[in-house]
Amino acid sequence: MTNAEARVPLLRIVSLTKRFGGFTALDNVSVDIPPGERFGLIGPNGSGKTTLINCISGAFRTEPGTVLFRDEDITPLQPHVRTRRGIARSFQIPRPFRSMTVAENLMVALDFAAHEHVSVAQRRDTMMSILTQMGLASKANASATKLSQVELRKMELARAMATHPKLLISDEAMAGLSSSEVDEVLDLLMSLASQDITIIMIEHIMQAVMRFSDRVMCLDAGKIIAIGTPSEVMANQRVQEAYLGT
Amino acid sequence: MDLLLDAVVIGVLLGCFYAAVSIGLSVSFGLLDVPHVAHPAFLVLAAYLVFFINEHYGIDPLVAGLIITPLFFVFGLAAYRLYYETFERRGSDAGVRGIAFFFGVAFIIEVLIILQFGVDQRSVTAAYIGKSWRIGDMRIPYRMLVAFGVAMALTLLLTLYLSKTYMGRAIRAVAQDQEALRLMGANPIRVKQWAFGIATAVLGLAGALLIIVAPIDPTLDRAYIGRTFCVVVMAGLGSMSGTLVAAVILGVAESIVLTMFGASWAPAIAFAMLLGVLAVRPQGLFGRRS
Amino acid sequence: MKRKGILFWIGAAVFLAATFLMTQVVGNQYPFFAGYVILQFIVLAVAWSILGGYAGYVNFGTSAFFGVGVYTAVFLAKAFGAPLLVQIATAAAIGALMGFALGLLTLRMQGIFFSIATIALTIIIETVITNWRFVGGAAGIQIERPPTTPPFDNYVQMLFFVQALLVVLAVAISRYIQNSWIGRGLQALRDDELAAECTGVPTLRLKLMACVISGALMCAAGAPAAMYLQFANPASAFDLNYSVSALAMSLIGGTAHWSGPIIGAILLSATQQLLTVTISSEVNVLLLGVMLVLFVVGAPEGIIGLVRKIFHSRNEGKE
Repeated sequence: MTNAEARVPLLRIVSLTKRFGGFTALDNVSVDIPPGERFGLIGPNGSGKTTLINCISGAFRTEPGTVLFRDEDITPLQPHVRTRRGIARSFQIPRPFRSMTVAENLMVALDFAAHEHVSVAQRRDTMMSILTQMGLASKANASATKLSQVELRKMELARAMATHPKLLISDEAMAGLSSSEVDEVLDLLMSLASQDITIIMIEHIMQAVMRFSDRVMCLDAGKIIAIGTPSEVMANQRVQEAYLGT
Repeated sequence: MDLLLDAVVIGVLLGCFYAAVSIGLSVSFGLLDVPHVAHPAFLVLAAYLVFFINEHYGIDPLVAGLIITPLFFVFGLAAYRLYYETFERRGSDAGVRGIAFFFGVAFIIEVLIILQFGVDQRSVTAAYIGKSWRIGDMRIPYRMLVAFGVAMALTLLLTLYLSKTYMGRAIRAVAQDQEALRLMGANPIRVKQWAFGIATAVLGLAGALLIIVAPIDPTLDRAYIGRTFCVVVMAGLGSMSGTLVAAVILGVAESIVLTMFGASWAPAIAFAMLLGVLAVRPQGLFGRRS
Repeated sequence: MKRKGILFWIGAAVFLAATFLMTQVVGNQYPFFAGYVILQFIVLAVAWSILGGYAGYVNFGTSAFFGVGVYTAVFLAKAFGAPLLVQIATAAAIGALMGFALGLLTLRMQGIFFSIATIALTIIIETVITNWRFVGGAAGIQIERPPTTPPFDNYVQMLFFVQALLVVLAVAISRYIQNSWIGRGLQALRDDELAAECTGVPTLRLKLMACVISGALMCAAGAPAAMYLQFANPASAFDLNYSVSALAMSLIGGTAHWSGPIIGAILLSATQQLLTVTISSEVNVLLLGVMLVLFVVGAPEGIIGLVRKIFHSRNEGKE
């Protein structure tokens, strides 16, 4: 913790608020995430987790509040610009490009989000190495519609990785998977984290969050109710209330 | 000033009529999200059937409209089934093809009408057509009053149906949350099909009003694409009371432009308003979506 | 990859040489009248598919662009006596501007909302032209053709060849887009706009590009129609039939490959030419509508999709 605090945060969220009509989905949320951290984000359904992700990745506009990435205000930037700056994400419900093969899905990311100009051959190499790392190499030429649930999840992570992210946001990448598949995806995320990628993981599967995270934040009704080490957060009275539903 | 007052009064009556021809679309497109570009073509088809019945059997156009209502209900059920089986269920890329499908259907209906009835204008005969009611200097054609009355009744009935009956509430629920509906034990597809049937059935009377208000021709549906979608989008998708208000706004706007600038500008009014609403406030004036 | 490119350009050159030779050899006028219409629809269908096929934005406004092309030519011919090529180039520029405006206006509209907005645009522009006296208003306007320029000894033959040039231009552009990063980006945003955006695809800019290119080509295709018909009126220049034709031809041919719209356009407009002569123009439109509905219901990938399926099953049979 002290070591992380000494560095400039990779992502800095300052008093972020998001309203839909009269409904406040996020209420004055502020948090710093240092580079290299494995950050777990939990909270009951409708607590604002995905909304927060959408605000970070740029799918939603935020009026009050600022998002700083590597010391730069990215609040006015469109999603694709944020992606190019190094923020990648997966989706809660996988959103593959359905008319494409797995390889083509990744090529979109390499074509548009690559940071330097590289040849087509080099991009293909990068793509294959990512697919290999994700255990999808054999599926490179399969249509995205023909993948199993766990393969889809992995492909989403692979596509996100192909954008060369510094921050990867995984939105419930393990939902609906069997326990062995959960371990598989968790190992993948761990190995990505060891490659100097900061990861925000949203998850309902508590064991996965506890095992994965350096730090955990719990949202309820758009507010941060607890933040700290996994065991601190789990011990928190309000977190337990939010989950048990008092 | 008198001219303007005239225009406003006629505009309000016209607007209520527009509500009647749009309310079906407010259900099918507004609530069910079906890209029903063929709605106006169905409307014109209904008007031609009314014309046919009126001419051959001398039956009052409103009664004729009621006669074809069950027919249109069944037609609507079948149309939704086909749409669902071919597009909604297949899921991917339904958007492009669904829109093209209804566009194609609209064209087929248009051509079939031309082949059957020719391109000439057609009108119906009834006791209330051709006469006017005078109040002071103002003359209000009876046909507009009939259209106004029937339109109000139709809109009111549908609004009541959607808010008071079990099926009506299920239809509203299907627009919001299909999962909740499934948990309640209702089959969302059945509910949607029923709703589409109702939305089409309403066109029986709406078609009668269309030919009562003015003579019709086979390509009239094109103008009504603008009017009906303008009303439904302006109303905020699926809002029944909004439909009435939006339709009256459109009616008055058209009527005023007609009086001030002449008939040649009239076709563009609805489309211009539609474009304006889409560009500035796509959720409509009384929108259900945030 | 490279070899395919060379083959494509050889094909284009042969096509142009053949059309040119035809204008020099064939004396009968009818093939040029009919052929011109077919070529015109190829340009329209190919242009439509850039936005409608690659990007998945269903444009009902082909007739708006076509009509503006016609009236650009009418205006230039009447006001300045401008030559044909100037008319076409100006129409393309105006079409590009119009596409840009349409794109800006409808940037955040999706699905049916975009489509309805394009119909709205068509009717609004038609109404404006109808009320514009200088170009003839609702009644329309007669246009006199300038004298024919050599090597052509007949104006329709020249228009035929010019339209053939436009076909090559349109197809080359469409092919380039499909094979480049633009095509991949458009395909991604058609599949899922948010996912594309979050994968680094500048969706708004790509959509604008597609609108501009598609609009420019459609307007350019419309410009020579004024001289072809020697008459223009709003009702026929902005006829929604152009919209439904361009859409139907693209979808029936198939939008997964640049050649789909060409196949669809040749097939349908050739059939239509036959039907118009032998039966009536109404049956013509009916055929178009019925084919469109049959294909979107029964063969959603169009002719290209059917052919691919046949090859696919044959290949699987071999294995």
